[in-house]
Amino acid sequence: MNLKKLFYKLAAAGALAAAGALAAAVQANAATELTVYTAFEAEDLKRYAGEFENANPDIKVNWVRDSTGIVTAKLLAEKSNPQADVVWGLAATSLLVLKGEGMLQPYAPAGLEALSPKFRDADAVPSWIGLDAWVAGICVNTVEAEKLGLPMPSSWEDLTKPVYRGHLIMPNPNSSGTGFLDVSSWLQMFGEEKGWDYMDRLHTNISRYTHSGSKPCKLTATGETPIGISFAYQGAKLKKKGAPLELVFPREGMGWDMEAAAIVKGTDKLDAAKKLLDFAASRKANEMYNQGYAVVAIPGVAQPVEFYPENPESLMIDNDFVWAAGNRDAILTEWQRRYDSKSEAK
Amino acid sequence: MDTLLNPPGFLAKKRARLLGIDCSLPILCLLVAIAMLAIALVLPLYSLLSKSLEDRHGQFVGLANFRAYVADPSLMHSITNSLWVASLTTLIVVSLALMTAFALTRSRMPGRGLLKVLVMGPIFAPSLLPAISMVYLFGNQGVLKDLLMGHSIYGPIGIVVSMSFWCFPHAVMILCTALENSDARLYESARALRTSPLRAFMTVTLPSIKYGLISAAFVVFTLAITDFGAPKVIGGQYNVLATDIYKQVIGLQNFQMGSVVSVILLLPAVLAFAVDRWVQRRQVALLTARAEPLRVKPHRARDWSLLLLCTPVAVVILGVLGMAVYASLVTFWPYNLDLSFNNYRFDLMDGGGWGAYFNSLQMAGWTAVIGTLVIFANAYLVEKVPGLGPLRTLVHLMAMVPLAVPGMVLGLSYIFFFNEPGNPLNGIYGTLAILVLCTIAHYYTVCHLTLVTALKQIDGEFEAVSASLKVPFYVTCWRVTLPVCLPALLEVALYLFVNALNTVSAVVFLYSSQTALASVAVLNMDDAGDIAPAAAMGVVLMLTCIGVKGLHWGLSRLLLGRSQCWRQARA
Repeated sequence: MNLKKLFYKLAAAGALAAAGALAAAVQANAATELTVYTAFEAEDLKRYAGEFENANPDIKVNWVRDSTGIVTAKLLAEKSNPQADVVWGLAATSLLVLKGEGMLQPYAPAGLEALSPKFRDADAVPSWIGLDAWVAGICVNTVEAEKLGLPMPSSWEDLTKPVYRGHLIMPNPNSSGTGFLDVSSWLQMFGEEKGWDYMDRLHTNISRYTHSGSKPCKLTATGETPIGISFAYQGAKLKKKGAPLELVFPREGMGWDMEAAAIVKGTDKLDAAKKLLDFAASRKANEMYNQGYAVVAIPGVAQPVEFYPENPESLMIDNDFVWAAGNRDAILTEWQRRYDSKSEAK
Repeated sequence: MDTLLNPPGFLAKKRARLLGIDCSLPILCLLVAIAMLAIALVLPLYSLLSKSLEDRHGQFVGLANFRAYVADPSLMHSITNSLWVASLTTLIVVSLALMTAFALTRSRMPGRGLLKVLVMGPIFAPSLLPAISMVYLFGNQGVLKDLLMGHSIYGPIGIVVSMSFWCFPHAVMILCTALENSDARLYESARALRTSPLRAFMTVTLPSIKYGLISAAFVVFTLAITDFGAPKVIGGQYNVLATDIYKQVIGLQNFQMGSVVSVILLLPAVLAFAVDRWVQRRQVALLTARAEPLRVKPHRARDWSLLLLCTPVAVVILGVLGMAVYASLVTFWPYNLDLSFNNYRFDLMDGGGWGAYFNSLQMAGWTAVIGTLVIFANAYLVEKVPGLGPLRTLVHLMAMVPLAVPGMVLGLSYIFFFNEPGNPLNGIYGTLAILVLCTIAHYYTVCHLTLVTALKQIDGEFEAVSASLKVPFYVTCWRVTLPVCLPALLEVALYLFVNALNTVSAVVFLYSSQTALASVAVLNMDDAGDIAPAAAMGVVLMLTCIGVKGLHWGLSRLLLGRSQCWRQARA
């Protein structure tokens, strides 16, 4: 009989849990709420959603934020029953993969013609639009560099000098989008043969490869390493916080990727999703992106950003995203063969 | 008295009759248990692992993916790396844990209460926290960098140290349970025969905890081989299987190769199960109906030498956790060492701020309550209900699986299974319920082993006697078994709560905008470069767990005072 009580308690607990879940589901349907997957920096989310909701008071943005790799993996895993309505702020390289899987809904947002041709899918009705560019950059910790007597590098080539041996950290292209844009930009800039030769020489100087693209710069800021190959946004942010950093933009040119937006095919909130894409392509949104990023989709909007070079666009290489996406597997396999096996031997 | 009441033939007849009366309910319960485990574990895993035999477009390709795996030397190298790191961790953790558990349960060492709280310290925080702490301690700017004598913390050293730290409480928990239930009469006999303490340890103590010892070793080994938090933060260039899955799935979005690696990681679990079965057959019940609880008497030399041995353990735990607390208070490491609470302003950071913290509390609460009841029910069915051998073995086999499944694999498989449009349980996707279910499944094995170990030490005679008195099995369970197991049950509830609060790898794929979790916030903040706020959130979680542990302690005292007085030997 006592056991009966236990059973009742169990049943009650189960019912409660179910009721809780149900309540959450009902609540979610109260207004037009868009589920937006993103890899935007967390501190930008409130500002971006706020600006959009001011312009569209009837729509609410629910962010699901994670790093680029996790958001991409999640979208692909949910392919048979997508949960996201819109992707707003994910690497164009990732959206190319999703487009290849037929997961994106083509849509031409209002004001599409204002975007620089680089910053949109080439199709007449684009599957995705670019928002802003994030560029590669080298972070140097001035305090640690001085301690170790390291000269300030000014080019990619400089980094292969013997003086830097064991003092460099870069992201692993197999797990980080930033790492891949570095590798693909070297191959595009120097040509394949010279590109791999460059990486062979660079490899001897590198102390380790990290899984995350922002980590090398972060580790530089805390003095864990004197020099980190990372991206400029992170460096500028840390420098503003007071880290003893110098940002170096190599003179050969810099790899870059863009943050992009797209509608997920099969969303039942297509109208709201279109409004979000219209906003994402608008001048107002471009001004909003410009607070952290020096290069945005609409030419002429961007104001210079602190710690970036005067004219960052001139340093950006002519990145062929389609080539990079098409050769991604081959490049990564080759990279892994050369640098990833037995690499702990150091 | 049992020989009087139950001559062999009589007993057998009685059993058979009882089986006839009682059989349908246990079968029903077992089937329910199997269905639950299938939904929470086996079917999702199948939906992911079947991908190892498919190409990117879902076509069946046989073993082609495995051939590609074997052909890749860097992937193959990870196997040896993983085995080496996991074995070393196991060796270190089990020897230290045995010593500590012995000191806690079988001595009158001063400061036992304090040590008991301290050894649980590592599971009070997300596994990323010790790794972060290692960076502050032994990194290039670390305060104790010179102790490594030029070696880098980034690599096998860092992995083994962080992992040992993080696995330690798991082993201590299992060994304490094994050491707690013992029969004083054996030790009395040993004393009467003038056996030396060492010989008594080798011939009485060790055999009696053999089962717990082997369980602990396999738990630690599989935890170490499947954890990806520590290798990710501090592994440097040292590739292991768990980070390979991360690279394949997150970096390359190659689910097929990711599931090949998952299959390879499942092998240790299969091995663990085989050994577990083998040992179990040899395990003899220790706590017979006539057992006398062991009363530990003070022994100066033993107690003080144990104190000497355990002090370093306590110091290391305090040091590592203390460093994390300190780092979370430093304004900008290592260039501005002013202390402030800046890093605790979570609403400016990634991961959902304080809202995520309250989600986590809610999730952990449900996990502890529902998880403990369900796991106990299943463990009881496996251990104590007569007959039905194959079904019980099936439940036990299923219960062993989660340990070998890396959280990431479990999380991904939940997406594939529960987000399938045809799945009737599709509705729980994106809710708190799926997080609870996933977390219970993820931490199932250790709880199951703990409860089985506790149950195993209760003599089957209790069941036999009550059966002969025509008492249904559930009444015996409620009146005898449950009260005897209460300490283990409370431990399990605490363990589930603490792990639910700190789990990262499985739930990282499953949380939605309404159910962001604090532990995921730690990972995201660390990834985004906000390492000090990550440490701060970790510290908040740790303090919460310590608070709950305090609550648990009070509750135990209250309940045990009433239900466990029999453990106090009659004076």
